[in-house]
Amino acid sequence: MSNLEQVDEKLLSEVSDSLENTFKGAYNIRKNGKGIERKITENINIVTKKDVSGIDIYIKENTNWEFVHIPVIITQSGLKDVVYNDFYVGKNAKVIIIAGCGIHNECSSDSEHNGVHRFFLEEGAYVKYYEKHYGEGDGTGKRILNPVTEVHLKDGATMEMDSVQIKGVDSTERITRGVLEDNTNFVVTEKIMTHGEQFAKTNFEVELNGENASTHVTSRSVATQNSVQEFKSNVIGNAKCFGHVECDAILKDSGKVIAIPKIIANSVEANLIHEAAIGKIAGEQLIKLMTLGLTEKEAEEQVINGFLK
Amino acid sequence: MLELQDICFTRENKKILNHIDLRLEDNQFIVITGPNGSGKSTLAKVIMGIEKQDSGQVILDGQYISNKSIDERANLGMSFAFQQPVKFKGITVYDLLKISAKKKINRKEACDILAKVGLCAKEYLDREVNNSLSGGELKRIEIATVALRKAKLTIFDEPEAGIDLWSFQNLIKVFEDIRKEIPGTTIIISHQERILNIADKIILMKEGKIKKIGSKEELLPEVLGKKNKPKCCKLGGDTLE
Repeated sequence: MSNLEQVDEKLLSEVSDSLENTFKGAYNIRKNGKGIERKITENINIVTKKDVSGIDIYIKENTNWEFVHIPVIITQSGLKDVVYNDFYVGKNAKVIIIAGCGIHNECSSDSEHNGVHRFFLEEGAYVKYYEKHYGEGDGTGKRILNPVTEVHLKDGATMEMDSVQIKGVDSTERITRGVLEDNTNFVVTEKIMTHGEQFAKTNFEVELNGENASTHVTSRSVATQNSVQEFKSNVIGNAKCFGHVECDAILKDSGKVIAIPKIIANSVEANLIHEAAIGKIAGEQLIKLMTLGLTEKEAEEQVINGFLK
Repeated sequence: MLELQDICFTRENKKILNHIDLRLEDNQFIVITGPNGSGKSTLAKVIMGIEKQDSGQVILDGQYISNKSIDERANLGMSFAFQQPVKFKGITVYDLLKISAKKKINRKEACDILAKVGLCAKEYLDREVNNSLSGGELKRIEIATVALRKAKLTIFDEPEAGIDLWSFQNLIKVFEDIRKEIPGTTIIISHQERILNIADKIILMKEGKIKKIGSKEELLPEVLGKKNKPKCCKLGGDTLE
């Protein structure tokens, strides 16, 4: 990866930390709006889009647990990068996709990355999708990330999506949509921690159209200082299906969280649940950890780290 | 040695602890019992610093600790098992054991600790300490986190509360083992005869005061209501024992 500078490697390791910069399988690294490194494999092809900025990723049917990495790094202040990435996952293919965006902004202009990711899973395909967002740099320019994820699941397909945004992103508006056919499963886990004056908005829309379609959405968030978060979910059950949305938020300092749940059952066989809990850290949790010898501050960190783990 | 001097605790005009004086020697297994509302749990919490007394002193090994925080008392060698184990989101059983051990413990060591409280470790180590665990499981994990600390003073607040009979049988065995293996003083708040039966000393509380302190031989009959058992009278005046 000769085109990478030191700051790039740091951003890359933040958005794909478990991999220590050694990408297994296929990958495409995008820096400041342009692809700079790419590797394809026998089963995974990556093609640059012609009409818009972005790539198409083709995963052959019956691929057996291979990796695709598509990290994005932005070090150019003032850049507004929009990228469209489409994943076509063949029948019964199993794949792990790791995306992430790291922004380093040292200047006063805002840096923004809007990634639109669409996933088309054929019958029986299985995707584990990890997405991590990270911002750093001392500039006054904002670090803005607005990801859109669209998931289309055909009969028997499963998608597990895990998204994390812990540090340094000033503003984010995330949209996740799912359209599920028969015997499909869409599991989403989202973890967000906001500080300072940060703002994070999340919007889930899942349509359960097929028999035995199911979704489980878990959002865990911590809003500290003056940050504000908004969680909106809309699960629509159009058949014999199951949907469960859990929104759990911890408030600290003057943090604010708004949760707006919506579940619509259009079928008598639809089984939909929404749970939302917002509050400060339970005093008894701190007391328990203090009886084990942790100070109040250490106990608080432990509760938050566990919650967002 | 733990000493309590003239501890008072009043809430909503009710004297919950009313001038408590107590001295507990080291390496004893003590059970505090008494009716509901007699102040047992409050006394345990005052000792640990979870509740703050209105007046009086808590002294551990000659050191006045009334102004010490919960964690400072924990680091002085005190440990506390809650009547209702606390639940966490995201913190696993293994995490809690690691925090409790205050040193690195590997999975094998953590498994051994869980096995001692009767849990099949492999199934539990990575589970979150949350509502997915039953009352009995949470209680055993709570006891494991406390026993692991091998503190010089360990307090259990009604360990039998909220567990089924089957778990309770195992719990007695756990306490018998703790008694053998953990040096130091153990204080158990309990109503259970089988726990009272393994005590070196029983403290009977009533209406915020210590009514009596004695060996189990001295106090068990009174506690269990076997002393001064009401006499039944036959019709005609003869008395039946």
